[in-house]
Amino acid sequence: MGEAKNKRKNRKKTLMLLTMVAPVSIWLILLRYIPMAGIVLAFKQYKVYTKAPSLINNIVHSNWVGLGNFKFLFASSDTLLILRNTIGYNLLWIALGVVISVSLAIMLNEVRSKFAAKTYQTLMFFPYFISWVVVSYFVMALLDPTSGLIVKAQLAGGGEATNWYHDYKPWPVILTLSNLWKNMGYQTILYLAAITGIDKTQYEAAAIDGAGKWQQIWHVTIPNLRSMVIILLIMDLGKIFNSDFGLFYSVPQNSGSIFRTTQVLDTYVYRALMNSQKIGMSTAASLFQNTVGFILIMIANTAIRKIDPDSALF
Amino acid sequence: MSEIKIRKRNRLQSVSLPAEIIINLLVGGFALLCILPFIFVIIISFSSEESIRLIGYSFRPLEWSTAAYKFVFDMGSQLWISYFNSFFVSTVGTLISLLMCVLYAYALFRKDFKYRKFFTFFVFFTMLFGGGLAPTYMVCKQMLGLSDNYAALIVPALVNPFFIIIMRTFLQTSVPTELIEAASIDGSGEYNTLFRIIIPISKPGIATVALLTVINYWNDWFLAMLYIREPKFYPLQYLLMKAQNQADFLIKNSSVIGVEATKLLRDLPGTSLRMSLVVFIVVPIACAYPFFQRYIISGLTIGSVKG
Repeated sequence: MGEAKNKRKNRKKTLMLLTMVAPVSIWLILLRYIPMAGIVLAFKQYKVYTKAPSLINNIVHSNWVGLGNFKFLFASSDTLLILRNTIGYNLLWIALGVVISVSLAIMLNEVRSKFAAKTYQTLMFFPYFISWVVVSYFVMALLDPTSGLIVKAQLAGGGEATNWYHDYKPWPVILTLSNLWKNMGYQTILYLAAITGIDKTQYEAAAIDGAGKWQQIWHVTIPNLRSMVIILLIMDLGKIFNSDFGLFYSVPQNSGSIFRTTQVLDTYVYRALMNSQKIGMSTAASLFQNTVGFILIMIANTAIRKIDPDSALF
Repeated sequence: MSEIKIRKRNRLQSVSLPAEIIINLLVGGFALLCILPFIFVIIISFSSEESIRLIGYSFRPLEWSTAAYKFVFDMGSQLWISYFNSFFVSTVGTLISLLMCVLYAYALFRKDFKYRKFFTFFVFFTMLFGGGLAPTYMVCKQMLGLSDNYAALIVPALVNPFFIIIMRTFLQTSVPTELIEAASIDGSGEYNTLFRIIIPISKPGIATVALLTVINYWNDWFLAMLYIREPKFYPLQYLLMKAQNQADFLIKNSSVIGVEATKLLRDLPGTSLRMSLVVFIVVPIACAYPFFQRYIISGLTIGSVKG
């Protein structure tokens, strides 16, 4: 094959591959990269430019406020609560999540009946496929002020029913249980996949050395899971300013009187935008969240690269 | 890794009997707890309104009733509209999304693609940083016209960088590079290679991403909450959300008006009706996912390690 012909063939190949990446690239430009330019809104007081209203005109003609939005955001005592909730729930759930799902996975691996093990797995996986709106109905079936199962039980016990959707105190528990219910099964299955991937000869060697079941778990299973756990932990820590919007928005049914324990950064960003039209504030909060998140992920990735270069994201 | 195989053990290596019983109780108990709320909701949906009024939601209602379902079948025009919307959005969205994902992932998979590094970074960066909700919302709504139309429910969820990476990893592990070289020598064009050779041998990977995408679309309510005001575009999940506060929502938008509507509103099996809506949404998923879970597990295992 001639040199020129080869070159032409290569150019054609590159061109073809470029047409393949085009649809996603166009989407990314329109829905991801252009909005990144919208970050300027964090430093502006957004106003509709009445003479010729269009998104670009509105942004261009809005007044600069410098760091005003950020100052306002961090001066508010609500923001401290929001940050406390966001970080607090994440830390608690990361810790609970690892302990519970690793334990469940180890136990599930010891279930002898193949049928039982498969059934448990399938049932556990169910919540993963359910939307948070549906979960909010499950929670409502228990806490509904007039007919909820728990409310009725409280009344039947002669006590007073808690006004669940207006009392902020029980929500850390409700949110935690909802989150565990929805995510534990799926995490367990991921860890189980890792456990079943462990080389069987390691167990046989341990058994020959006289290791009992507990010792095998301690000396073979857990060390084998360690790097996966550490990597997932670091990745979760990198996302500590992000929350599952659906959980915090729909399970408490958007009830304002319990924001003290249910408002997190993601719901704040949404409510500032949609309910109070504070576009600058919403963007500022997102920018803070994304910037800190970006830095944390970078740190997390560097840490992972040190532990296990193959698992690093980039 | 297409399926989780329960490791075979010889009996001597198993845990003791009491330990095994405890394990089964704990794991089985948790597994049961995962499905119990759904069973409870099914029971509520079949409870009579009178029973709910008297004893509240209960696993043992005083009286069973199919009034809620009868009502839905007779009257729930909004429900059927929303059912259609969810179905339509999930199907069309998944098809387009899948095609875009496979095309992009294939190019990233090709080691000899000149701009491979750039395009990998191009998609990957959006996982790490973004403009935030407000700018994205404003661009979608005001520049792209995503408002009260089907596109608003489909377009914003078309691309998921995570799925592209899963797809690329699938290709890397299942397609030998020699195959591409051989095809290229045979004079096969890029599209021909992709559609005739690669796609047929990557069916498990494609199935995984397709299923994850379908679930995403089926379960979405956030896009509707952002971009949809007109009930005729409501997907099921958003209808369910709206019905949380207004049980009469279904009938408000139905074709029946006047005296008949007033009568129906009075007899509305409000609470059981809402619960029957949940059943309508969850049943398709509950029936389907046990058959697909192995694909999804394999995708998520790849995703959890690399993604």
